[in-house]
Amino acid sequence: MGLAKRIIPCLDVNNGRVVKGVNFISLRDAGDPVEIARRYDEQGADELVFLDITASSDNRDLILHIVEEVAAQVFIPLTVGGGVRKVEDVRRLLNAGADKVSVNTSAVLNPQLVADAASHYGSQCIVVAIDAKHVMNDQHSSPRWEVFTHGGRNATGLDAIEWAKKMQTLGAGEILLTSMDRDGTRHGFDLALTHAISDAIDLPVIASGGVGGLDHLVEGILQGHADAVLAASIFHYGQHTIQEAKQYLAKHGIEVRL
Amino acid sequence: MTDIAIVDYGMGNLRSVSKALEHVAPTASIVVTSDPSVVQKASRVVVPGQGAMPNCMRELTGHGLKDAVLEAARNKPFLGICLGLQMLFDESEEGNVKGLGILPGKVRHFSHDAMIDSDKNKLKIPHMGWNQVHQTTQHALWKGIANDARFYFVHSYYVEPVNSEITAAYTLYPTPFTCAIAKDNIFAVQFHPEKSQLAGLTLLSNFTKWEPHLNR
Repeated sequence: MGLAKRIIPCLDVNNGRVVKGVNFISLRDAGDPVEIARRYDEQGADELVFLDITASSDNRDLILHIVEEVAAQVFIPLTVGGGVRKVEDVRRLLNAGADKVSVNTSAVLNPQLVADAASHYGSQCIVVAIDAKHVMNDQHSSPRWEVFTHGGRNATGLDAIEWAKKMQTLGAGEILLTSMDRDGTRHGFDLALTHAISDAIDLPVIASGGVGGLDHLVEGILQGHADAVLAASIFHYGQHTIQEAKQYLAKHGIEVRL
Repeated sequence: MTDIAIVDYGMGNLRSVSKALEHVAPTASIVVTSDPSVVQKASRVVVPGQGAMPNCMRELTGHGLKDAVLEAARNKPFLGICLGLQMLFDESEEGNVKGLGILPGKVRHFSHDAMIDSDKNKLKIPHMGWNQVHQTTQHALWKGIANDARFYFVHSYYVEPVNSEITAAYTLYPTPFTCAIAKDNIFAVQFHPEKSQLAGLTLLSNFTKWEPHLNR
C-alpha cells in the first residue's frame, strides 16, 4: 500500500470548447469542458488538466469562467495552464478555483516567474510544463532533448534535463513533460525522455504526449518512471473510460485509486 | 450568525475549501474571512493553508488572527487542513519557525535518504497524489469513510506528535507518518479533503455536524 499512480485526462480548451490537436496543429472539437470534466470525475480521474490554447486575447477570460464552474462541482485537483505570463495571471486562476497553475513558454522567457509564483503561492501549485523534442547528435553520444516553446514552434537551445533541474531549484512543484515527437501520434510516450527526466529530479513527473492505448499508460509508469500519466484522445472519443484504464494498470501491478 | 468561518490569512486559495463545504452543507452560512471578530463569533472554524510555514506564521500574526485561531482551537469544532494541521505544533523544520504550540511535537521534512519504496523505486518530494489513510481511532469525522480510503496529499513536511494518542490516522511514505490528529474539539489533517472527492466530502460533511464534548 502506498501512493497511487495518477491518471490525468487533459482538456485542451480553445475559445471555450475542448479540442484535440495532432502534433500541436490541426484541431478537432471534443465537447463542452464542464460536462467533460464532470464525466471524468465520475469515472475516477485523479486530477484534471486544462490547457487554454485560445489564441485571441478577447476570449482569454472564458477559461476563468470554465474553471469557476468546474471547481464548484468537481472536487479533485485542477491544473490550469496556457497564456500564464505574470504572477497576476497565476493569482487569477487560483482564485477562480485552480489548484495548480502550469507555466511553459513564460518560464523560459522569464524563469523568475516560477520563483516568484512559488514564493507567493507555494511550490505545490506551480507546475512547469516542458515541451521537449529529441535532437540528433553528430556523435554516438547519449540522446538529447531540447525544450520548445510557443506550443512547439520555437526552439530554445535549452537541454530538457538541465531545464527540469533548474525548474526544481527555482521552486516548481511538479513537471508536466510532453514529448513533441509523440504528441498526437498515438505511438506511446517517449519512454527514454520520461525516464531520463523523472530519474534526474525529485519532483513528480507527469508523462504526456502520444498515448494511443492502455499499454502506453503502463509503459509510461513502469518503464518511463512517471508518477502520473496524462492522456486526451483515448478518453475524449470514448475509446476507454478512466475506470478501464485504472483497472488495466492495477492488473499490471500498478497501485491506483479504484 | 456564521455557522462556519474559513480563516483567510493570505496563504493560498481558499475557494476550493469553501466550495466543498457549500456543497456538503448547502443551507449553512459559510464565510471566508480575515476578520478576527467573525472567527470569534462563528460556531465552527476551518483553518486551511498552503505554502510555506514561515510565511504562514507571519501572515497569521500580521492579520491579527493568531489569537482568534488559538481561541477557536480551545473551544469550538476546529478543522485544520495541511498548514492548518502543521501550525498547531511547537515548531517546524521549515524555516525553523515556532508554531502555535497547542500540541507538543515537531513538523519535519521527508528525509531524502529514506525515500525508497519496497520495490526500490525512488519516491518523489513533494508527496503528491492519492494515498491511503489508515484510521487508528474511532472518530465522528471518519463516519462513512472506509478504513484505508485514499485522500489527496501534497506536502513535503509532516507532523510528529509527542503524544501518539492524538494520532487519528497514518499514511505510509514510505514509513508511517501521522496524517490526521484528533484531540477534544480539534481535528486536523495533512491531506486535502476539499480535493479528495467522495471520501473528502464525507469528512467535511461529518465536520459540519460534529458535536465534540467540550471541557470548558
